[in-house]
Amino acid sequence: MEAFWRRKPHVEKERRVKANAWDYNDRFSYADNRIKTSKYNIFTFLPINLFEQFQRVANAYFSVLLILQLIPEISSLSWFTTIVPLVFVLVITAVKDATDDYFRYKSDQQVNNRQSQVLIRGSLQNEKWMNVRVGDIIKLENNQFVAADILLLCSSEPYGLCYVETAELDGETNLKVRQALTVTSDLGDISKLMDFDGEVICEPPNNKLDRFTGTLYWKGNKYPLDNEKMLLRGCVLRNTEWCFGMVIFAGNSWFLMVLFSTSISCVYIFLLCLDGKVTDSLINILSTLTVVCASISAVFSGFLTFWSYIIILNTVVPISLYVSVEVLRLGHSYFINWDRKMYHSPMGTAAEARTTTLNEELGQVEFIFSDKTGTLTQNIMVFSKCSINGQMYVRALFKFFDSSLVEAIKMEDPAVQEFFRLLALCHTVMPEEKSEGNLVYQAQSPDEGALVTAARNFGFVFRARTPETVTLCEMGRTVTYQLLAILDFNNVRKRMSVIVRSPEGQIKLYSKGADTIIFERLDPSNLMICSLSQMFIFPSFFMQEFAGEGLRTLALAYKDLDEDYFKVWMKRLLFASTVIENREDQLAVLYDEIELGMKLLGATAIEDKLQEGVPETIACLNLADIKIWVLTGDKLETAMNIGYSCNIRVSSAGHVEKTDAFADDSVFEEAIIAEYALVINGHSLLEHILLDLACLCKTVICCRVTPMQKAQVVELVKRHKRAVTLAIGDGANDVSMIKTAHIGVGISGQEGMQAVLASDYSFAQFRYLQRLLLVHGRWSYFRMCNFLGYFFYKNFAFTLVHFWYGFFCGFSAQTVYDQWFITLFNIVYTSLPVLAMGLFDQNSLRYPSLYKPGQQNLLFNKRQFFLCTLQGMATSFLLFFIPYGAFPLMVKEDGSPFSDQQAFAVTIATSLVIVVSVQIGLDTHYWTAVNHLFIWGSLMVYFAILFAMQSDGLFGIFPSSFPFIGESGSVWQKSVWLVVLLTTVVCVMPGLVVRFLRVDLFPTLTDKVQQLQVYSKYFY
Amino acid sequence: MGKVKGKPGPLARRPDNSAFKQQRLPAWSPMLTANTVLPFFYFMALICLLLGVWLLLTVQNTQEMKLDYTEAETCNKCFEMRKNVSNANETCICTVNFRIDKPFEGDVFFYYGLRNFHQNLRRYMDSRDDGQTVGRKKNLKDPSSYCEPFLKDPSGRPIAPCGAVANSIFNDSFTLRYHYSNGIGEVPLLREGLTWYTDKYIKFRNPTTDNLTLAQVFEGTAPPPYWQKPVYKLDPSNPMNNGFINDDFIVWMREAAFPNFKKLYGILFRNDNPFTKGLPAGNYSIDISYNFPVQYFRGRKEVVLTTVTWFGGQNHFLPIAYLVTSSLILLTAVVLTVVWWKFGKDGKNMKE
Repeated sequence: MEAFWRRKPHVEKERRVKANAWDYNDRFSYADNRIKTSKYNIFTFLPINLFEQFQRVANAYFSVLLILQLIPEISSLSWFTTIVPLVFVLVITAVKDATDDYFRYKSDQQVNNRQSQVLIRGSLQNEKWMNVRVGDIIKLENNQFVAADILLLCSSEPYGLCYVETAELDGETNLKVRQALTVTSDLGDISKLMDFDGEVICEPPNNKLDRFTGTLYWKGNKYPLDNEKMLLRGCVLRNTEWCFGMVIFAGNSWFLMVLFSTSISCVYIFLLCLDGKVTDSLINILSTLTVVCASISAVFSGFLTFWSYIIILNTVVPISLYVSVEVLRLGHSYFINWDRKMYHSPMGTAAEARTTTLNEELGQVEFIFSDKTGTLTQNIMVFSKCSINGQMYVRALFKFFDSSLVEAIKMEDPAVQEFFRLLALCHTVMPEEKSEGNLVYQAQSPDEGALVTAARNFGFVFRARTPETVTLCEMGRTVTYQLLAILDFNNVRKRMSVIVRSPEGQIKLYSKGADTIIFERLDPSNLMICSLSQMFIFPSFFMQEFAGEGLRTLALAYKDLDEDYFKVWMKRLLFASTVIENREDQLAVLYDEIELGMKLLGATAIEDKLQEGVPETIACLNLADIKIWVLTGDKLETAMNIGYSCNIRVSSAGHVEKTDAFADDSVFEEAIIAEYALVINGHSLLEHILLDLACLCKTVICCRVTPMQKAQVVELVKRHKRAVTLAIGDGANDVSMIKTAHIGVGISGQEGMQAVLASDYSFAQFRYLQRLLLVHGRWSYFRMCNFLGYFFYKNFAFTLVHFWYGFFCGFSAQTVYDQWFITLFNIVYTSLPVLAMGLFDQNSLRYPSLYKPGQQNLLFNKRQFFLCTLQGMATSFLLFFIPYGAFPLMVKEDGSPFSDQQAFAVTIATSLVIVVSVQIGLDTHYWTAVNHLFIWGSLMVYFAILFAMQSDGLFGIFPSSFPFIGESGSVWQKSVWLVVLLTTVVCVMPGLVVRFLRVDLFPTLTDKVQQLQVYSKYFY
Repeated sequence: MGKVKGKPGPLARRPDNSAFKQQRLPAWSPMLTANTVLPFFYFMALICLLLGVWLLLTVQNTQEMKLDYTEAETCNKCFEMRKNVSNANETCICTVNFRIDKPFEGDVFFYYGLRNFHQNLRRYMDSRDDGQTVGRKKNLKDPSSYCEPFLKDPSGRPIAPCGAVANSIFNDSFTLRYHYSNGIGEVPLLREGLTWYTDKYIKFRNPTTDNLTLAQVFEGTAPPPYWQKPVYKLDPSNPMNNGFINDDFIVWMREAAFPNFKKLYGILFRNDNPFTKGLPAGNYSIDISYNFPVQYFRGRKEVVLTTVTWFGGQNHFLPIAYLVTSSLILLTAVVLTVVWWKFGKDGKNMKE
């Protein structure tokens, strides 16, 4: 919405920015650097906020009702019956919006007024952030926030390097390196910078934080720009004394989007609270009743009567329903946030419900899609095994390694040395020397860190990195390699390589990557020779074995490069990297070309330990009939193994059975393990027939799936099974899956915040999922269903009395009750007890299988809804006809007539309040002090208000608003109490009988467990 | 959440360990077991039975006499006459006779009843101004628009009391006569104290008079079109019973809930013989000043004489309803017991 309004009339196709040239840049009228995330100011608040609020269907519906009530011919109720709750809702929402917006405004102010140093007319001047413009050159100092998206020009460090922390953007806390173009890196003083007049042509602002393509034109040359040369707004400069940069994007081009997606979760969503079917059937009932009423009365006034009855009967779905549902959801979310059993003390993270609207769906989950790394496992990598030249070495306890490996290094075995040299060279880790001799590695992925650390432990210490060199300390000797190219890792390539020139002048390509990928690219001759020896067979065999133990494996390979060939290749690479369109594709082709014909060095295996309590949690969720699908990018063996260790395979007596029954396309390769778990190797998409098979199994493991495929799997299940799905993951590769599933859960772990930001719930450990689903989810569902059931019962009982009365008042839309009673019934007399029930009700948690009713949606479906409304109708029938039978004959003890409409109204109202209070008493399973207070309190408040409303004083002030004066005196009439007692007994007894018979004859699982608890209390 | 506690260290964000936040509030979970439900059913059956019997016995002691006089005896001619609106201003008096076999003991109440008169139509019920009848001067001269179409008379004077309810006041009057052995004598009826206390003294007040007579206060207002006399002349016999505080007016203004209703007309004045103990057996007649037309809405008019009990008038519905409820509960209780005995007692359904 927000984004839509602010969309500029013209769409920027490309951005041209020239340094130090304001006149030039002003022509494009780019946004300034002021950020504004607040929506309102003092004058626009009221109109905009009201406009937004009335866009919600519920609010609009109630205001239409309000308008109808202002027409005297139609108005069967005074306007205040609708306006009081409506204004209440509007005011609460407006206050909430206003405070939220005020805090946003405050933080905007704070950000906008931050100081930064801008190069203006030859000198550095302090400017507020909001005055920074596109094309400005600004100076940043250590530990400062970056004020805008800037192009790094030069820095205090050699080669124009600088380090940034991006925690505010993506939550990753490791340092990232940014490097200026070589041509600009010597612009380190102000006069040179003043003369800098390069022009940048690049893509328009977007919300992709990790991609940037552009070109710098300076002194007639073109220089390619990519993300490595950009400092994004919100980063913090670290370990760098100062740097200069040129502002490319100003303002909150991306900031807004991120912020918007988080703030929407806080918005009150009034309408979506009900199942669509329920709303439909409600509307059907309402309109049928109304049409009946209208058609019976004369055609003359039928039209008006129709609207009058709409007004009267709208209380079956009152505003308070929407408000109460919101309150309940909020309350349930707070209970999740407050839960100590979901608090992870080592990291100090409590569980967080980031959306309030999904709590009850947590009680209906049938499928869980889980990521493996970081979700089931800790994502703390330990180098545990390696295989060099066909020889396997195993990590013994803790840091002590296989002595044979230490021997081999001491023997200066060239293969072993080359192996560790590769580990020390081929990576993107940043070293950080915190104090003398204390090296800390900043790695983007934990397994890289583990490998480099392993190399260090074996005497190949990675010491320092510059953009053009890598310095190692090999067995005590300092060696500097010239870094010629880094062929980066990505999800498609699944490998990374470096090309270095050794001090001896030899050019070598070192590569590490997924084994299948590396094997494909090995030199055929090498492969043939190797196959003669054991060299090839063994690593491959070992890799299978490694994977079988649930380890992460990487194959390592190298290649000697010819000087001339490399030069030609390098030229093409440079050319390709300046292209703006398809740059990545072209690069990938070039990379592929040079990474051919490598020689295998060996393989590494990294252990990723299971998180605490994962097997137990999975077993417990399985008992609750929740199907768990593990979607992982790992290879088949690793995935299956994690399955074994996670208790996913229930029976150990299973056998692996390969079926080709539906592998018609020969793209499927499945293994069904003992009918319990299905392992799907997915180069292919899932098909419907496979889905059926998969759903028969308790667990499914999909391996070798890409992030996109994860989302597709979720989508497939969601579409064909119509079940509530939950996706849980921790990394950026799980975001699509988390967003696709009904419920997304983010693990706040090692891999940054992206999954958490996309999720609906977040916590620190996989095992908390059990508590989230089996406790919070189940209770939320249980409470919400009971709440809805009771609420509809109560409002049908309350409202349909008007319908029965219609038969006696000529369908003139005369209300039975006092108008104040109609106004207050839902917001005062009966709101709190049902809220207390919806917040505090509990049932037994002892057995996970008690989760099943939620999956089958047994507690609130069409049938239950029908039963609730039926009970409500029956109650309203009795509520009306018992007093009807008694009343025409009734007189007061002093003989004065008592059969008037007001006395009748008060009698029915009193019976109604008492009947629904008794009913909530029966529906409440868990009576806390709050429930007692609210139920008894509501009854007392009813009588207190009754006396107050019908007192002499109020009538004296507003005679026409309080016509029921003196009516409270009827409460002292014995006949009224005879009627109330009779009505209560007759209304409550049938429900009691049905419930007793059901518990006794057809007990559900929940009943049984509750009974057992009662018995165990008696007998033990 | 949201509250930042001053706790330092790694536990700063740990949620409080309160029973409320951890959902461990002490609570009572009742359970529907046979041990509680079945005795409760028998108990309720017994209570209802006792109440029902008691009410029934009480009702047996009351007496009631109903007489539909719409077209009875000489009233037939008045009925015919009232069919024609042009005769509205002509008086018509008729007499109906009836006999009481058993004497009515205790207080005897005289009601008039109307059948099929919908005092509960919405637009009708709204057509009144409580501000006017509570004596507000402003509303007297400028009544609420809800009174339409009985707001102002054709000459523009405000109508007092305005509105359809007041306009349609029941204006038959009755004289109850007892046939002594030696002639006919009037049965004394109290025509005051018929209203609720709050109605008479709070809800309905005359505008403050300030030494003026009622007639002067109401000057400039018009009586409702169907009224034969203005509001300040309703009761010629008692000047304190005029204006908005007239008992008959107040009784009428308390709108009935259903189309068939009765309203109190008078109470037997038991000061003199032979009425000190109530109405003696014998022959009675009622002289009726027949004004209220009912043929337009196919209504009926009746008079009701009745004695009352501690829970109101002669009301057979409540005792019978209680007895029926009691027997139903008893029946259910027995069925439930049998079912429980046969199926649920040893908890076989409880087995997993």
